[in-house]
Amino acid sequence: MTLSVVAFWVLSVLLVGSALAVVLSKNLFHAVLWLALALTGTAGVFLLLNAEFLAAVQLLLYAGGIITIVVFAIVVTERLIGERLSQTSRGLGSGALVAAALLAVIVSILLQRQLPSTPLPQTGDLTRMLGEQVLTTYVLPFELLALLMLAAMLGAIYFARPEE
Amino acid sequence: MGLQAYLILAATVFCIGLFGVVTRRNTIGILLGIELMLNAVNINLVAFSHFSGTITGMVFTLFTICITVSEAAIGLALVILLFRVRRTVMADHLDLLKG
Repeated sequence: MTLSVVAFWVLSVLLVGSALAVVLSKNLFHAVLWLALALTGTAGVFLLLNAEFLAAVQLLLYAGGIITIVVFAIVVTERLIGERLSQTSRGLGSGALVAAALLAVIVSILLQRQLPSTPLPQTGDLTRMLGEQVLTTYVLPFELLALLMLAAMLGAIYFARPEE
Repeated sequence: MGLQAYLILAATVFCIGLFGVVTRRNTIGILLGIELMLNAVNINLVAFSHFSGTITGMVFTLFTICITVSEAAIGLALVILLFRVRRTVMADHLDLLKG
């Protein structure tokens, strides 16, 4: 067992365990904290796949940004509702059945296929290549993304404006 | 580890996220499930990129991460707005469109 195999299994257990805790924990605050752990585990998987820049973006935007605004939303709604948001779920059996069936289908398809087991070598600095690609080949989607984020920001401000 | 292992890991996380979306009654809980599902897709994209020796998947992941952040911001703003109007964040009670 090489180091990368051990790292993969450790990250897998961490990721699946924290993902299960996100959907099963009774307290919404705990679910958000478990989600932070799951997102950090994903950043670890990205590191394992030689995507250092994406791991950093993942930590900054997801584990930093999204967790903060989710916690903020919980605090706001909880303060207004005046009682703790206890988590109740419905249809646990049917939900588990649907998820397990989908997982079985995906895994059975994956196991039938011949997939590469060794990565093809990537030459050069990946982060530099990523930056060059984003600003040359993918410059139009990049600009559209800027537009989307502006629209999302304006929309969020509009929705959450104080009551008149 | 081969590509298959990463894809199966991502599929597992995706299905756990789907389970959360289906079973949670709290709207914020549903959003957390959606985040998990999008996260699993990102793992898939980066794994394909790594094993095919091209960078396209990573560019795609960069875009999906940004779009997810926008989605979370809008989604949570909607949750706060819904809460203000209906005084609840439970998906069962949000039946405004029911005739």
